[in-house]
Amino acid sequence: MGATQLPTPGINGTGLGQQSPAGGASGDPAAEMIQLLGPDGKLGTDPVFSDYAKRLDPEQLRGFYADMAKVRRFDQEATALQRQGELALWVPLTGQEAAQIGSGRATQRQDYIFPTYREHGVALTRDVDLAELLKLFRGISNGGWDPTENNFHLYTLVLAAQTLHSVGYAMGIQRDQKLAEANGSNDPKAAVVAYFGDGASSEGDVHESMVFAASYNAPVVFFCQNNHWAISVPTEVQTKVPLFNRAKGYGFPGIRVDGNDVIAVHAVTEWALEHAREGRGPVLIEAYTYRVGAHTTADDPTKYRESAEETAWRGKDPLDRLEKYLRSEGLADEAFFEQVRVDGDKLAAHVRSTTQSLQGPNFRESFAGVYAEPHPLVAEELAWFEEYSAGFEGDEEEGTGN
Amino acid sequence: MTTMTIAKAINEGLRASLTNNPKSLLMGEDIGPLGGVYRVTDGLIREFGADRVVDTPLAESGIVGTAIGLALRGYRPICEIQFDGFVFPGFNQITTQLAKMHSRSGGKLTVPVVIRIPYGGGIGSIEHHSESPEALFAHTAGLRIITPSNAHDAYWMIQQAVDCTDPVIFFEPKRRYWLKGEVDTENPGPASDPFQAHVLREGSDATIVAYGPLVPVALAAAAAAEEDGRSIEVIDLRSISPIDFDTVTASVKKTGRLIVAHEAPTFGGIGGEIAARISERAFLHLEAPVIRVGGFHMPYPVAKVEEDYLPDIDKILEALDRSLAY
Repeated sequence: MGATQLPTPGINGTGLGQQSPAGGASGDPAAEMIQLLGPDGKLGTDPVFSDYAKRLDPEQLRGFYADMAKVRRFDQEATALQRQGELALWVPLTGQEAAQIGSGRATQRQDYIFPTYREHGVALTRDVDLAELLKLFRGISNGGWDPTENNFHLYTLVLAAQTLHSVGYAMGIQRDQKLAEANGSNDPKAAVVAYFGDGASSEGDVHESMVFAASYNAPVVFFCQNNHWAISVPTEVQTKVPLFNRAKGYGFPGIRVDGNDVIAVHAVTEWALEHAREGRGPVLIEAYTYRVGAHTTADDPTKYRESAEETAWRGKDPLDRLEKYLRSEGLADEAFFEQVRVDGDKLAAHVRSTTQSLQGPNFRESFAGVYAEPHPLVAEELAWFEEYSAGFEGDEEEGTGN
Repeated sequence: MTTMTIAKAINEGLRASLTNNPKSLLMGEDIGPLGGVYRVTDGLIREFGADRVVDTPLAESGIVGTAIGLALRGYRPICEIQFDGFVFPGFNQITTQLAKMHSRSGGKLTVPVVIRIPYGGGIGSIEHHSESPEALFAHTAGLRIITPSNAHDAYWMIQQAVDCTDPVIFFEPKRRYWLKGEVDTENPGPASDPFQAHVLREGSDATIVAYGPLVPVALAAAAAAEEDGRSIEVIDLRSISPIDFDTVTASVKKTGRLIVAHEAPTFGGIGGEIAARISERAFLHLEAPVIRVGGFHMPYPVAKVEEDYLPDIDKILEALDRSLAY
C-alpha cells in the first residue's frame, strides 16, 4: 500500500473505457450519461449496468420510492420548521433524492460515508434518526449524531475538507484489511464514499484527495452531486469539461449517471463500491441532477436563474418516474402509495415534535469537548465561568448559564 | 545514558513509537528512502515498511486531511511538514477540521494526529524556511503545541505526542537538530509531563522564559549576566499550548522580573500572552513590566541580515538591563 508497493492504477475491465470526449460542462449530457429509468418511467438497458439493475427485487424498488418520498417529506417539514423560527437555517435537498437514496442504498453496513451537508437522504439510508440532523441547524450541536453508530460521518461545512478524510479513512481500511487477511479473517471488505458537489469540485482538497486516492489505490468512491448551482454560480464557472472526465486525469474511472434515476444511480454506485472493495482503486461518479429548491432557506434563486429551468427539471422528477414505473409494471398499488404518504407524515410529525423538544445544551458542555485529555486553561476558564455565574444566583432574571 | 543529537533523539523516539504502537504511522514528503530533508526519519522505512512510513504526494492539505481520516479509522498518524513556511496549505485542515473534530462530535470522536514541523531561523536559508508560526496555532483551541529544546526532551516528547489523545503540533528547533545531549532512553525523569515547563537554572533577580531554539541562548545570556553579578532564572517553557503558568508565576513571584524570548514576532505572540497572564497572576510581585524579546513585525528577513532579526544573547541582556533598571 505504500508508494513503493502500488499497483499501477488504470481503467480496466469495466467496459467504461469508451467514454465520449468532453463536450462542455453540461454539453449534451444524454450522450455520455448512464440512464436506465427515463423521465417517462420506462426502463432502458445498458451493457454494464442493466445486470446490476436486474438484481433489484420489487421490494427494493418500492423501498427506493418510499425512501425518496420520506426524505422529500422530511425536507418540506424542515423547511417549514425553519420558516417558523424553529431552525436557524435549512439546506433543502429536493430534486436530489434519487442521487442520495440510490447511492446510499448501494452502500453496505461496513462501508463508511463522509457527507457534505445536504445528504439527508443518505443519512436516511444509514438509519440515522433524521431529527438528529436538525440539531446542527437548530444551533444546539455542531454535529448531532454518533458517526460510529452507522458509519455516517458528521456533516462537514468547509467544502471538500471531508474528501481528504475519506481517502485517509480508506487508507486505514487498506491497512486493516491487509492485517485481517494475514490473520485469515473473512470479514466483508469495506469502502468509503465521499460526497461533494459541483461547487466543491473546485476546492483544492478535491484535487489532493484524488491524487492521494490514485497514488495509494484507496478504496474510495467520490460521489459528486452536480446539482448545477453552487449557491448562485452555475457549474460552467466551476468547470469547462464534464466533471466525471476529471477522473481520467487522475487515472481512475469516472462515470456520469442520471442523478434523477434511482435505479441507475444504485447500479453505478454498487459497481463502483465493488470496484473499490475489490482493491481496484477509486471511482468518480458524477450524479447529474438539479437542486430544485434554494441553496439554503436564506437563498433566493429568482435572482440568478430562470424559473423555466426549474420547471424543465421538475419534468425529470426522480419520484414521478419511479412511480410511473412501479404503477405500469404493477409493482405497487394505490395502497402502497397511500402508506408512503402516511409514513411520511408520521416521520414529519416525529421530526417536528423532536425538534421542538430539543433544548440548547448547557454552555458548560462546550468546555468539556475542546480536548479529550484534561487541559489547565479550559479548566481555569470553566472555573471562572462557574464563579461568575454563581454571582447571578438568586437574581430574578437569570443573567447567564443556559 | 546515551549522547545523541536532537535529530537522532527524535528519530529514536519515532522508532520507539512505531515499535510500541502498531497503529502509529509516519507520513510526509521525502520521509521514506531519503529519511526526510533533515534525515529525522532516516532508516525507518527499511525497518517498518512503506505502509507505516508513507512517502506522500507533495500536498500539505492532503497530508493533514488524510491523517485525520486515518485517525478516524483508529490510526495515529505522525505527519512531517517539510518546513515551517510550508504548513499553510494544510492550515485549513489543521484549524477547521483537526482542532475541532473532537468538539464537533461532542467528544465522540478523537483525532490523535501529530504534526511535526521543523521551525525557526538561523540556518541561512531562503524564504519560507525560517519561520516561527506557533502563535497562529496556539490561538486555535483543540490543538496542543509542544517544542523540545534538548535531546532528552525530544526523545520523550515525540513519544508523548503520539500517545496523546488530542492533536499535537510538535515544533522541532531545526537549527538545534545537531545539538548533542544526554538521553536516558529508559526513564523520562523530569520529562514525564510534556506540558510542564522546566526551570533549567535557578536565580533570584529576574526570570527568562524561552522555548525551542532560544533555550540555549537564554542560558548563555543568564551565564553572561552572572558575570555581572546578576542571578537569573531560566525556564524552558516546553509546551506552548497549554502553557504551564504555575511554573512561570512561581518564578516571577520569586524574582519580580520577567523576560520572554522567542524568534516569532512579538506582536500577537506567545510573549504577549505570557505577559498578560503574569500581570493578572503576579501583578503585585512585578518590579518591572514584562519585556518581550522576539522577531520584528516583518516577514522573516533574508538570510544575510537574519542575525539582526533574531533574538540573541545581547538582545536578551539588553532586555534584562531594562528590566533591572526599574
